[in-house]
Amino acid sequence: MQKSLNIDPGKCTGCLQCEMACSYEHTGTFNPSRSYIKVFNFHHEGRFAPYTCTQCDEAWCMRACPVDAISVDMATGAKVVSDDKCVGCKVCTIACPFGTINYAQVTGKVVKCDLCGGEPQCAAACPTSAITYVDADWTGYDRMLASAAKSLPSAEATA
Amino acid sequence: MSWTRKILRVDLSKGTCTPEPLNMEWANHYLGSRGLAAKYLTEEVDPKCDALGPDNNMIMATGPLTGTMASTSGRYTVSCKGPLTGAIACSNSGGFFGAELKFAGWDMIIFVGKSEKPVYLLIENDKVALRSAEHMWGKTAWETDDILHQTHQDPQMRIACIGRAAENGCLYAGVINDKHRAAGRSGVGTVMASKNLKAVAIRGTQGIGNIEDVGAFVSSTNDGKAVLAENAVTGQGLPAYGTQVLMNVINGVGALPAHNMRDVGFEGAENISAEAMAEPRKSDGKPNLTTNAACFGCTIACGRISTVDPTHFSVKDKPQYQGASGGLEYEAAWSLGADTGVDDLDALTYVNFLCNEDGFDPISYGSTVAAAMELFESGVITTQETGGIDLKFGSAEAFVAVTEQFVAGEGFGKDLGLGSKRLCEKYERPELSMTVKGQEFPAYDPRGIQGIGLNYATSNRGACHLRGYTVASEILGIPVKTEQTDSDGKAELVKAFQDATALVDSAGLCIFTTFAWGMDNIAPQIDAACEGDWSVENCLETGERIWNMERLFNEAAGFTADDDTLPKRLLEEAIKSGPTEGQVSKLGEMLPQYYEARGWTADGKIPDATRQRLSL
Repeated sequence: MQKSLNIDPGKCTGCLQCEMACSYEHTGTFNPSRSYIKVFNFHHEGRFAPYTCTQCDEAWCMRACPVDAISVDMATGAKVVSDDKCVGCKVCTIACPFGTINYAQVTGKVVKCDLCGGEPQCAAACPTSAITYVDADWTGYDRMLASAAKSLPSAEATA
Repeated sequence: MSWTRKILRVDLSKGTCTPEPLNMEWANHYLGSRGLAAKYLTEEVDPKCDALGPDNNMIMATGPLTGTMASTSGRYTVSCKGPLTGAIACSNSGGFFGAELKFAGWDMIIFVGKSEKPVYLLIENDKVALRSAEHMWGKTAWETDDILHQTHQDPQMRIACIGRAAENGCLYAGVINDKHRAAGRSGVGTVMASKNLKAVAIRGTQGIGNIEDVGAFVSSTNDGKAVLAENAVTGQGLPAYGTQVLMNVINGVGALPAHNMRDVGFEGAENISAEAMAEPRKSDGKPNLTTNAACFGCTIACGRISTVDPTHFSVKDKPQYQGASGGLEYEAAWSLGADTGVDDLDALTYVNFLCNEDGFDPISYGSTVAAAMELFESGVITTQETGGIDLKFGSAEAFVAVTEQFVAGEGFGKDLGLGSKRLCEKYERPELSMTVKGQEFPAYDPRGIQGIGLNYATSNRGACHLRGYTVASEILGIPVKTEQTDSDGKAELVKAFQDATALVDSAGLCIFTTFAWGMDNIAPQIDAACEGDWSVENCLETGERIWNMERLFNEAAGFTADDDTLPKRLLEEAIKSGPTEGQVSKLGEMLPQYYEARGWTADGKIPDATRQRLSL
């Protein structure tokens, strides 16, 4: 069974625990600037949006890489960057339509979400379940469920 | 260890920025943030200095847990001698600025001297520089934040700055970070303005990687988060309703002061409560509350993000105030609302936006306006002084008008910047000022809740609920219920809360965790993060040491036991009606017991034996 990160921005409070968990997993430091998941704060609308790689099946980044540094982790479906192969050319960052593969000055390589080998730490750290790790076939189902609930006649109307 | 072991000394007179090692002996004795800044301040500043002169220092300090994965780890403090009180001031703020300072590799910044011209401090990790802020002087905190983000083209930059209130000399101006979080009390922003320092802009990308025992830290912080999630206050009440959950509760138990604390109980409380904030309004069908929001690392997320009704008179032709921004917290809703008698939720939210935009403390501001309203009612001041504003209790129009005058630094607004004590002295009615050591009261009546009155009277930064929140015990029953109108046992209760709070503040954590956490939850997190022994006992003793250190600063500044008091109104005028009818503050009974519990002399001095016990 393949699993996916499922993000519900409406539940996000902007606490950045996900960014700390991600940076700790990948760099051993609490350092949001090196997190592969980012929470954006739309202050004037009072909204937060956690955002990271969705692991496209036909991944643009993987196709664009001239040195085949990006491969599929067969266990998780994650597109993973090999630091040994990456030359830091950044072509993948141009190819990705979502901007979720990024260059890191400190290593000279690109970085992206690798689903932590199947135990994504951002989801584990999120206090409000805005980020969950679910059966890939179920992505979006919580919103479908909410819409379905709205489509029901209200209890008042049926009474 | 989790301290970066590095501090930045900025000499504004000379224009120099110099790194220096953190004094680890002091860190081991005073932990960080509030405690450690108090130590540096006491060692480096003459307590008798002019708070707004170049000899006062201003310290921005993080704690060892700031910026880590511990819940609520976003806190930092701004410490100095306070201009409102003349006492030691330490204001605590959340948001994201504190963690960024830590990520840039600094435990604290010590600002000394005074710059000749307006400057801001730019920090990019080890690279630090003072730059001209002449183009930003006169701008609001929101404008300053926008200008700096634009100038440096860095959306991730975190900024703390002052608004126009501080520049205009308002004595209770704060430091605003991340646009709507504030080191709000005691005039720390006024001190920043006195140094000609407009802003501190930080980008930190180094992170924190020097946790003493990472395994134990991850496990103790995870345990802590689970406790917060399961607790009714931190897991449900605060995220859903924010601190505003208290408005109806405190009004219900007969402890909500109103009309410059002349009355207890406010008939309009419901209209300005958390419940009212969640109610959809008629004009656009949206509630005042847009969402809750967290500070850095916080798994509680009590923050309010609100909008004002776009058809409301206060913002009608002002699109810049029609978006979402920091909404009402309980203390602000009380001071801006109940204390002034204004129960117009939109007017209060708008005034709260202005508090954030121009950087001034809503508690002191609302209370000062309330005092002005009582002066107006008694005819001491008239429309001649107020520039034609009919400054009556309960008038939202007058309140909004006088606030707009105030932020522009015009007319009667200048008087309001004096604070309640100086305002009432100016108009020769000092008894109408509801202050301790010159600082205005928060939202709990000391007659209706006895312990909090003792805490106000003895707080080292003047009247303040955040120095020892005994309301937790006296109203909410945390950790154990004590009777709100009893004075028995309150001396020990106040001491215990004050000491524990000093420790929590110094760790870099938020005091709201203590609705759920005891020291047995907190100490293991500090112990895992830091070198040395941070047992429960050592944590409590450190808290007590910090409290006494602050007291010593105040003693040297000239404060005596005579200053540990409350206004006559609260000691002599009984509550007129409601569940606490007939109560006055029993401070006279509690104060000697408190001095004894602290090991102080009958006249409130710290004797040698107590100093030695606490290694002071």
